[in-house]
Amino acid sequence: MLADFFILMKAELVITLLIFTLLFLKIGNKEWRNESLLNIINLLLFINLLSGFFIAKEGTLFGDMFRTNELLRFEKNMLNLGILIISLQSYHWLKQHKHVPEFYMLLLSTLLGMFFMISANNILMFYLALELSTIPLAALCNFDLHKKIASEAAFKMSISSAFSSGLLLFGISLLYGTTGSLNFAEISSQLNGSPLQLFSFILLLSGFTFKISAVPFHLWTADVYEGSPVAVTSYLSVISKAAILFVLVSVLYNVFQPLGSNWYNMLFVLSVLTMIIGNLFALRQQNMKRFLAFSSIAQVGFILIGITGQSAEGSASVIYFVLVYLFSNLGAFGVVALVSSLAGKENIDDYKGFYTHNKLLSWVLAISLFSLAGIPPTAGFFGKFFLLLAGAAKGNYILITIAALNMVISLYYYLRIIKAMFMDENKNPVEKINAGLQPKLALAICMIGIIVTGLISGAYNYIYSLVK
Amino acid sequence: MNYSQYILLIPLLPLAGFLVLGLFGKSYFNKSAGIIGTLFLLVAAILSLYTAYNYFFIDGKVNGVYQSIIPFKYTWLSFSENISIDMGFVLDPISVMMLVVVTFVSLMVHIFSLWYMKGEERFSTYYAFLGLFTFSMLGLVISTNIFQIYMFWELVGVSSYLLIGFYYDKPSAVAASKKAFIVTRFADLAFLIGILILGFQAETLDFGTLIQRLTDIQSSQFIGITTASFFGVSLLTWALTLVFIGGAGKSAMLPLHIWLPDAMEGPTPVSALIHAATMVVAGVYLVARLFPVFHINQASLHIVTFVGVASALFAAIIACTQTDIKRVLAYSTMSQIGYMMFSLGISGIGGENGLGYTASLFHLFTHAFFKSLLFLAAGAVIHLVHSNELKDMGGLKRYMPVTHIVFLVACLAISGIFPFAGFFSKEEILLASYESNKIVYAIALFTSGLTAFYMFRLYFSIFWNKQKDLHSHHGEGNMSMKIPLWILAVCTCTAGFISFGKYVSADGKELASHFHILFSIVPVTVSLLGILLAMLLYKKENGKPQAISNSLGGLYKTAYHKFYIDEVYLFITKKIIFNLVGRPAAWIDKNIIDGIMNGIAGVTASISSAIKGIQSGKVQSYALYFFAGIIAMAIVFVYLWK
Repeated sequence: MLADFFILMKAELVITLLIFTLLFLKIGNKEWRNESLLNIINLLLFINLLSGFFIAKEGTLFGDMFRTNELLRFEKNMLNLGILIISLQSYHWLKQHKHVPEFYMLLLSTLLGMFFMISANNILMFYLALELSTIPLAALCNFDLHKKIASEAAFKMSISSAFSSGLLLFGISLLYGTTGSLNFAEISSQLNGSPLQLFSFILLLSGFTFKISAVPFHLWTADVYEGSPVAVTSYLSVISKAAILFVLVSVLYNVFQPLGSNWYNMLFVLSVLTMIIGNLFALRQQNMKRFLAFSSIAQVGFILIGITGQSAEGSASVIYFVLVYLFSNLGAFGVVALVSSLAGKENIDDYKGFYTHNKLLSWVLAISLFSLAGIPPTAGFFGKFFLLLAGAAKGNYILITIAALNMVISLYYYLRIIKAMFMDENKNPVEKINAGLQPKLALAICMIGIIVTGLISGAYNYIYSLVK
Repeated sequence: MNYSQYILLIPLLPLAGFLVLGLFGKSYFNKSAGIIGTLFLLVAAILSLYTAYNYFFIDGKVNGVYQSIIPFKYTWLSFSENISIDMGFVLDPISVMMLVVVTFVSLMVHIFSLWYMKGEERFSTYYAFLGLFTFSMLGLVISTNIFQIYMFWELVGVSSYLLIGFYYDKPSAVAASKKAFIVTRFADLAFLIGILILGFQAETLDFGTLIQRLTDIQSSQFIGITTASFFGVSLLTWALTLVFIGGAGKSAMLPLHIWLPDAMEGPTPVSALIHAATMVVAGVYLVARLFPVFHINQASLHIVTFVGVASALFAAIIACTQTDIKRVLAYSTMSQIGYMMFSLGISGIGGENGLGYTASLFHLFTHAFFKSLLFLAAGAVIHLVHSNELKDMGGLKRYMPVTHIVFLVACLAISGIFPFAGFFSKEEILLASYESNKIVYAIALFTSGLTAFYMFRLYFSIFWNKQKDLHSHHGEGNMSMKIPLWILAVCTCTAGFISFGKYVSADGKELASHFHILFSIVPVTVSLLGILLAMLLYKKENGKPQAISNSLGGLYKTAYHKFYIDEVYLFITKKIIFNLVGRPAAWIDKNIIDGIMNGIAGVTASISSAIKGIQSGKVQSYALYFFAGIIAMAIVFVYLWK
C-alpha cells in the first residue's frame, strides 16, 4: 500500500525532492559557482525526465482526489522534457544571475502544481493545483530583478490571475451548488444543462481560456510575455499552456460531456476569435517575444478546433499537436533566448541579415518557424493536419475554412522573419553567437523532435492508443 | 531464405549514390563520380539477381504457384482503421523480374556513360540523377500499395525531367523536359483520381487486399463500385480507365505520346535507360499489377487493347518517315510498348487464356535488352558523327565494327527473327492475339513488317549506303563502352530461350512454352519481306526512297509530321484553352481575385491597426474586457444559442 503510494505519486515526489535539494543547496554554507550549479541542476532534471519512464502504475489516491494512468504519465513526461529544454536554453542568462536556486525552486513549484492539476480528480484539488502553478509564476516573471518592465509584467500577471481565479472560484462554487459534489465523476452525472450550470461552466471555461490565452481572455499575454525573461516567456507559452490544455481536454471530454453541444458552440466562437485576433496582432509586432506571444495565441485557436472534434481523434490530435508545438516553439524561443542574452537584441529588425554570421542558428529558427506555420514535411504540418481532420469530422466546414484562411495569414508573418534572416540586408548584422554546449543540446533536441515526430507516425499512433 | 537482411539495400544503394554524389560529388570527386555510382549499382544489381535466384528457384513457389511475399512493410501514415499508406517491398514474379531488368539495364547505362559522358562539366550531377532515377524506379516496382506506387511514379517523373533537361543550356532540351513533365503530369492527375476512387470504394490502398476485394463479385466493395455509376458508366470502369490514362501518359500511348520523341533531347544513355527500358514500361507494369481487376472489368480492358494496338501501328508508320535516328528509336519504343499493352488487353486469366499476360511481360523483358542496346549503339554512332540526322551517316561499318554487329543483332531481335530474343516474345504476342482477336492479329502482323522495315532502314542508312569520309577519328570508344554493348548483345541473343511462362503468368502457375514452328512461318516471312524492302531501298545510295515518298505525297508528309498530333495539341492549348479559358481566367484572376485579395490585405491591415487600441497596457481595462467577454458569452450561450 505504501509502495503504491510512492509509485503512483512518483513524478510529484521526485519534483518535491528536487525542490528540497535546491533549498538545501541554497541554505548550505558552500558557495557554488553558477556554472557547476547549473550543470548539476540540468543533470538532475535529466534524471527526473528519465525517472518518468520507469515503474508505473494506474490508480487513484486520497479518496479519489488524485489519479494517474499511462496517458497522464506521458503528459507529465512531456512537461519534464520541456522544462529540461528550457533549463538548457537559459544557461547563459542564469550564469550571470545571483539567484539560481530560487529560480529553479519557483519553476519546479509551478511544475509540481501542474502535475497535480493533471492528476486532479476533484475540482477543489484542481483549483489548488492551479494556484500552486500560477503564483510562483508571477514571481518568476519578475526575475530580471533590475528591469522595470519585468516588475510590470509580474504585477499584471498577478492581478490578472487573481481576477481570473476569483471568477473561476465563483464558477466552482456555483457548480458545487447545483451538483452537490466536488468529485469530477459525480459532477458529470449531475449535469443537466440548466442556465445556472451553463453560467458556472462559462466561468470555469473562462478560467481555462485565460490560462491558454484564448481571445477575449488573452490581453495579459502580450505585456507579460514581453516583460518577462525569455526563459519564463517560453515556459509560459509552452509548458504552462500545455498543462492547461491537457486538463482542458480531459475535463471537457470526461466531465462536461453532457454539455457537449453547448461547449461545442462556445469553442467554435472562441476558436474563430482567437485565430483571427491572434493573427491580426501577430502581423504587426516588432518585438520578437511579443510576436511569438501572439502567434502562440493563434496556435491556441487551432488547438481549440481539434478539441471541438469530441472524439478520441480530437483528444489525440490535441496532445500530438502540443508535443509538436513544444518542440517547435521551444526551438524558436531557444534561438531568441540566445540572441537576447548574448547579443542583447530582441526586435525583428535586428534579425535582418542574421544568416550572414549565424548560419546554423538561422536554419534552426527557420525550421522551427516552418513547423509553427505548418509547412510540410515538418511536424507542424502533421500536427495542424490532424487537428483540422479531427475538427472536420464534426462537419463544421465554416470553421475549417476560417482555419485555412488563417493558416495563410500566419504563413505571411512567419515567412517575414525568415525573409528578414536570409534575404534582407543589414549593415550591422548580429555577430557570430557562440551558443555553448547546453543551449546547443536543447536546440538539437528540438530539431530532432520536429523531424522525428513529423516523419514517424509512431508518435501519433502511440498517443492515439493511449487516448483510446 | 530471409530476404529482409539485404533486400532493402537494393533500392537504398542507388539512393545512397544519389545522396553522396549529389551532396559531395561536385566538390570532392567530380572525376571519380562515375566509378562510385557504378559500384553502388553493381552491388544493387548483384543483390537483385540473388533475390531473383532465391525467389524463382528456392522459395517463391508454394504448391506450384508463385506467391507474393512481402518481406518488409512499414505503415507510414494511417488515415483510419482501414486506409493506411504503407511503404513496403513486395516480391512476386513481375516485381522480381522488374528488379532484375531495372538494375541490370541501369548498370549497363552507368558503365556506358563512363565513356560517353566523360569530360562533362556536370559529370557527378549526371550520376547523381541516374542514382535518383534508379531508386525511384525500384521503389515503383516494389510497391505494395497503390499510393506508394503513385509517389514513386511522381519521383520517376521528376528524375526523368531532370535528366531530359540535363543539357539545360540547350533551349530545346529545356522545352522537351518541360513538355514531358507537363504531359505526364496531366496523365498523373487522372491516375490520382483513379487511385482515390479505387481506394475509397475498395476501402484499402493495399494492392493485395484491393485486388482480392474487387475481384470477388460477392464482396460489398465490388458490389458498391460496380453499381455506382457516373454518366452511365460504372465507377470501376471509370477508375480503371483513369488509372490507365496515368499509365498511358508514362508509357507514351496514343494520344499522350507527344513527349517521348522530344525527350530524346536528353543524353543518349538516359534515353536507353528511361525512355526505352524502364520508365516507359511503367504503364505496362501498372496494368499488369492490377490485371485481375482489369480483367474482371472487360470494358476497361478493351480500352487498353484499343489504345495499345492503335499506338503500335501509328508509331510504326511515323517511325518509317523520321530522319532523326533517336526519334526513330523513340517511335519504335512506343510501338513496342503498344504491343505489350494490347497483349495485356486481350489476355485472360488462368491456363492457356493467360498467354497474353505472359507474352506481354516477356516482351517487356526482352525489349529492355535489345532496345537499350539499340539506344546505346545509337549513342556510340552519334558520338562519332556528332549528329542525330541519318543524312550525316552512312558507311559507318568500316569505322565501328563492334557497334555495327551489335546494332544488327538488336535489329534482328526487334524484327522477330529466330533465334534472337524478340522472336520468342513477339511470337507469343502474335499467337495470343491470333487466338483471341483476328483483327488485332492482322494489325499486329502488319506492324511487325513495318518494324522490320524501319529498323533495317535505320541499319542500312547508318552502316551501309553512301560512303562518307569521317574527319574526326576518335574511334569507336574504349572498353567501358564496348563491354555493355557486348553484354546486352549476348542477352539479346539468349534471353529468348528462357521459358518465361514457367516464371511469370497471370495466375502464378506454370505456363508451358508456346512455340509452334508452323505458326511462326507467317510472321517471320512478313518480317523478312520488310527487311528485304529496306535492303533494296537503302543498302546502296539511290533515288528510290525519294521517289517513293514523292509518289506518296500527302500521306508521306502527314506521317513525316507525325500525323500533326503536336500541332493539334498546340492548336488546342494555344488557341482554344488559352483564348477561351486562359484569357478570361486571367482577367478574373487579375481583376476580381486579386482585387478581393488586395481588399482582404487592406482590410486586415486596417482592422489590425484599429483594434490595437484594445491592447492598451492598462491592466484594469484588461479585466474589463475579460468580464465583458464572460457576460457576452453568458448572454449568447445561456439564452440565445443553446
